[in-house]
Amino acid sequence: MSILSLQNVVKQYHNHRAVDGVSFDIPKGSIFGLLGPNGAGKTSLIRIITTITGADSGKVFLDGEPINSESPRHIGYMPEERGLYKKMKVGEQLMYFAQLRGMSKREAKTAIFYWLEKFENKDWWDKKVEELSKGMQQKIQFIATVMHNPKILILDEPFTGLDPLNTNLMKEEINEMNQKGTSVIFSTHRMEQVEEICKDIVLINQGKKILEGKVSDIKNQYKNNLFRLEFDGAFPNDLLNADFQLIEDTESDVLIKVSENHNSNELLQALIAKGIQIKSFTEVLPSLNEIFIKLVEKKS
Amino acid sequence: MNKLGLITKREYLTRVKKKSFLLVTFLTPLAIGFMIFLTGYFASKSESKALSIVVLDENDILERHPFEDKFLSFEFSKEPIDSLKKKFSSQGFDMFLHLPKSQDFSAEKFNVNYFSKESQGLGILSNVEKHVAKSIKEYKLQNSTIDRAEYEKIKTRVALANALIDEEDSEIEGDRTSKYSKQIATGLSFAMGFMMYVVIFVFGGLVMRSVMEEKLNRIVEVMVSTVKPFQLMMGKLLGVGAVGLTQLLLWMILIPIIAVIGSSFFGADIAASSGMDPQQAEAALGELKNQGFDINELIKEISALNWFLIIPVFIIYFLGGYFMYSSLFAAVGSSISEDMGEAQQLMMPISIPVIIAIIMLPAIMNDHHGSLAVFGSMFPLTAPILMPARLPFDPPMWQVFLSILIMVATVVSFVWLAGKIYRVGIFMHGKKITFKELAKWIRYNY
Repeated sequence: MSILSLQNVVKQYHNHRAVDGVSFDIPKGSIFGLLGPNGAGKTSLIRIITTITGADSGKVFLDGEPINSESPRHIGYMPEERGLYKKMKVGEQLMYFAQLRGMSKREAKTAIFYWLEKFENKDWWDKKVEELSKGMQQKIQFIATVMHNPKILILDEPFTGLDPLNTNLMKEEINEMNQKGTSVIFSTHRMEQVEEICKDIVLINQGKKILEGKVSDIKNQYKNNLFRLEFDGAFPNDLLNADFQLIEDTESDVLIKVSENHNSNELLQALIAKGIQIKSFTEVLPSLNEIFIKLVEKKS
Repeated sequence: MNKLGLITKREYLTRVKKKSFLLVTFLTPLAIGFMIFLTGYFASKSESKALSIVVLDENDILERHPFEDKFLSFEFSKEPIDSLKKKFSSQGFDMFLHLPKSQDFSAEKFNVNYFSKESQGLGILSNVEKHVAKSIKEYKLQNSTIDRAEYEKIKTRVALANALIDEEDSEIEGDRTSKYSKQIATGLSFAMGFMMYVVIFVFGGLVMRSVMEEKLNRIVEVMVSTVKPFQLMMGKLLGVGAVGLTQLLLWMILIPIIAVIGSSFFGADIAASSGMDPQQAEAALGELKNQGFDINELIKEISALNWFLIIPVFIIYFLGGYFMYSSLFAAVGSSISEDMGEAQQLMMPISIPVIIAIIMLPAIMNDHHGSLAVFGSMFPLTAPILMPARLPFDPPMWQVFLSILIMVATVVSFVWLAGKIYRVGIFMHGKKITFKELAKWIRYNY
């Protein structure tokens, strides 16, 4: 069962197609990466999902239902450049956002106190936002995103401008929400961040989906049969041929590419036969960044 | 509470709770009251000291035909002119008046010289002129063959009174307006027209800055995922408009109260500052009345104005003018980036009709039923300023209704138009905005 399902979504702006027939499903309870370089159409997609704009064609389902004016109640959206009313007090502001999302006054108050307490900042209620530090403001923004207990969290570049401490805190909170059953969409152009957090991703470029699936599957699909080898002694150069190519040779290790009709066991056997003392042997999978660059280059 | 209500409430409360709102709301009427008090106070102070004048009259006219004036005291001297010129100041006189000998009394014009250490006010000089002329006239009368009794009969004074005429061309009984009513109406007309001008720029600017804040802080991104952009804009317009209306209503209550208190102080002050007993004070007020200033009549005339029409209609124009221009300011605020220069450029075409209306205001107060007045109070962009300015002069009701109708239609279309621009504008960043661009946004369908 998917929490969010996009079917052939198209969004045409005046003179360019921001979203061009994109379809994908986000499994319920997953942490999902929405990847793509700047200007790929991520924000346009998010604006369609959050009902800020409508799609020209195609369908979007949230938890099995077509998105409608009630959908935003179940979505927690934290935009990349986040904004709060600077002159407004934290408590008032959070109450305002909560009520706009359909919470009653009492529900809102309970939720806000829960979160302020969680961040050990109960005394912030009466503080104006402008009196808080940037890190504190980001916590308030996070509370504003999650306080109505959404089914799905959409975080657009959530770690931009956060120090390592706050980044970790945010990651922990995201994980905790996820474990409690909230699905998370994590939109970013920094692919290395996604690899450690997301299991599933979709990669878009110029409005089109170019890759989709589990991170591990994708990496296997695009692997180059590269193996890193640490050993003692000199490398036997007579081992190298069309099947085993030396890609990189540093003082401590070598990188070897195995041709497609051979496998890692054959390389190991050949190495052992040569009497090499192996210290470590690992497969090197491509990073999402590399896969992306490769795909884009192939297209052009 | 629905979303529009929540937004309106926030926009309203955050402004009304501000210290600056309370200060402006309560200090403005106080400042007006204080100004009324000060004007009266200084007027009574400056008039209480009489100007002492030494006169060298080589024809001996003034001495034979003296006159009395509370604010002028005369002494006559026969000393030579040169010594008087040197001495008058050290002798304690403010002015030395010299009427030269051998004038041709048949001439209409009569030259009198005056010497003074300080330059004298126009009021004082014309007062002296008036009195000297009167004495000379008396002298001429005496030396002529004209019979005094006959002369008195010839004297004529005309008081122009304005009588309103209804449709049957008959005078409306009891609605005869005095000369004050015209002054009051003119004052009120200017006050209302000018107030609309201030309202448009102050509250329009408030709306624009507030839209810009939400756009630049990216608050809109969070907001529009739960509310429609149009709701957000409308909530802002309604909230700020309610702030304006609150302020207006408070002023409508506070200003008359403070004005009454202020003017009663002023009345009491004449007596106190000049050391007069109540009887003298009454006499002084009587004198004011002779000079054309009657407080009782004034109050009577003010209350005789058709307030039951003026106040509600003014409020309609207040709201109409506010919504018409604020929606445009909201559109401008949504379309600009950080660059305030861009804002100025886009605000120009909005400001021009307002400024034209203010330039037209004096002309309309002179000829309040002429074709310029009718056009100005019908044309929707100038109507919110010029129709309120016509209200104290009882414009035909059909014109008022037609003007309101045109204004409401314009407000609806402007708000719709602004909503279209706003919806696109709040997400536009880093793009130079031109009018061509704005026109494009109106046609966008997403």
